[in-house]
Amino acid sequence: MKNAVGREIPDFLLKDGREVYQGKNYMDGKYIQKASPRTRRYEKPQESKLVETLADALRQCGARSGMTFSFHHHLRDGDYVVNMVMKAAIEELGLEDLTIAASSLGNAHDPIADYIEQGKVIGIQTSGIRGRMGEVVSAGKLKTPAIIRSHGGRPRAIEGGEVHIDIAFIAAPTSDCVGNCRGIGGKSNCGSMGYAMTDAKYADHVVVVTDCLVDFPNMPASVEAIDVDAVVVVDSIGNPKKIASAAARISQNPRDLMMAENVAKVIASTPYFKEGFSFQTGVGGPSLAANLFLEKYMDERNIKMGWAIGGICGPMVELLKKGKVGKVIDVQDFDLDAVNSINQTPNHFEMSASQYANPANKGAFVNKLDFVVLAALEIDTGFNVNVLTGSDGVLRGAPGGHPDTAAGAKCCIIVTPLIRGRMATVCEHVVTVTTPGDCVDVLVTDYGIAVNPLRPDLIECLDKAGIPHVTVEELKEKAYSLVGRPDDLQWEDEVVAVLEARDGTILDVVRKIRPYTLYRD
Amino acid sequence: MEILKPAIAGTLESSDVQVAVEPIEEGVEIYLESSVMNQYGRQIKDTVLQTLERLGVDKVRITVLDKGALDCTIKARVECAVFRSCGASDANIPWGGVIR
Repeated sequence: MKNAVGREIPDFLLKDGREVYQGKNYMDGKYIQKASPRTRRYEKPQESKLVETLADALRQCGARSGMTFSFHHHLRDGDYVVNMVMKAAIEELGLEDLTIAASSLGNAHDPIADYIEQGKVIGIQTSGIRGRMGEVVSAGKLKTPAIIRSHGGRPRAIEGGEVHIDIAFIAAPTSDCVGNCRGIGGKSNCGSMGYAMTDAKYADHVVVVTDCLVDFPNMPASVEAIDVDAVVVVDSIGNPKKIASAAARISQNPRDLMMAENVAKVIASTPYFKEGFSFQTGVGGPSLAANLFLEKYMDERNIKMGWAIGGICGPMVELLKKGKVGKVIDVQDFDLDAVNSINQTPNHFEMSASQYANPANKGAFVNKLDFVVLAALEIDTGFNVNVLTGSDGVLRGAPGGHPDTAAGAKCCIIVTPLIRGRMATVCEHVVTVTTPGDCVDVLVTDYGIAVNPLRPDLIECLDKAGIPHVTVEELKEKAYSLVGRPDDLQWEDEVVAVLEARDGTILDVVRKIRPYTLYRD
Repeated sequence: MEILKPAIAGTLESSDVQVAVEPIEEGVEIYLESSVMNQYGRQIKDTVLQTLERLGVDKVRITVLDKGALDCTIKARVECAVFRSCGASDANIPWGGVIR
């Protein structure tokens, strides 16, 4: 069945009330039945929940084949915890048919590809999938199609019981002996632990894995001891160098800066740019540089930003310290400046993924966003964005908070170069739709700006401000005139990944790629 | 033009293409790798073959390692490798290329 972004969704996926994507805000006003977790009572006072090894913790939580384990990705490419836990479960306990439900997975998790090939891991639910894992899943080696969700879609699915977590593993930079966890104060700090919070509340069992045991009580805790079954101390939970970069630097690339300046111009031309406006930006080159130019406009008009959310990095913390933004609310930190600021700098707060972006609660932070500035691997003439699959059709990205912030914000700006090497970023049809075009408002490229025709009000703003713009079709043709029109990718029928829209409907599927031949049939 | 000795042009940098030619007895043998194979492999092959044809090269083994080069770059690298293989790059180089 074709969905609202024109993607053919196979009927076998549309069972148990699952629907195809119908458009923005389709689920508004409907009710969700929340799952009620079954958790173990620890009535008898325990002096400590420390257990010797991960294997012991798994046994204590009744780990068995067929279970779903959850993880969060604040340790990013430095994470050791996913691999450690899966190794203990599969190689020490001999478990099989396991499902990994992670907030994201990356290159750090290449070893899991082996467990997929061996058939020990049969399900993957995640936002990001990259590296060898992306390759083996794209090659059809995972037993069940991977499920890709946004950062807001994930807590919705957990709260609604679509994902039942048997054991949640919390990678904790610090923990006390009963499991109060924080993202700071240890040797592998990650700052916010926002993605782990829903897991800890909804899982049957919760195991904390830490490399820095601190005195009780470790406060204020991101994950609380009342939800924790066991605490395991390991040598190291991750490589600090890969957890948080030294400092996210603002690009010096003149092309990035030009695009960033245009983003700031567009923002300043809208009526939402006023005292107390709210803002989120990604950490890609031009998106991050937009901060710099925006500050100029803020000074010029003598206005301040009310609040900013997101994955947070140094430049935003800098604005907070200068008093140019009122509050920063933080679900994840990207660099040490942000890690060292959360809960330390006044008005820098932590939030859960559900509070950040869940479309099924009563109003996540994204719903109050004025602006979001985001990147894209590809964007098509329907303003649909792909941030998941490469130009060869292989899984190597993550929707992350992209669809959530785009849907919530009053003005969603995509900033991307027109071409990358020989790849046309602006194209006719994106390989995979990860953010639907009805959520995207403005496209800024190095060859021009285009506004979604669904937003005549914004077109008027740009015209009034004298900002030139063209149609997205013109940008696409310009791209193709430079790089040539690409051949369509060739697919098998087999679905290797299902892409859920943030509301739980099906936005797109990724199929197994068919080997390419140089000769036309 | 006749390929007299093995020659190479281009780099493996992103957006470039490395082209190597060597003499063979008969025909055109092409080996192609590309970072954008699934979308542009056939077009790259066609560009390489057309360029060879216009240079009048009909006996060559050509290896093309593409890192997402545009057509103009591919033409220039093929042309340069062929020139180098037959001593045409020693003097009187047609700057800007003969292949337009």
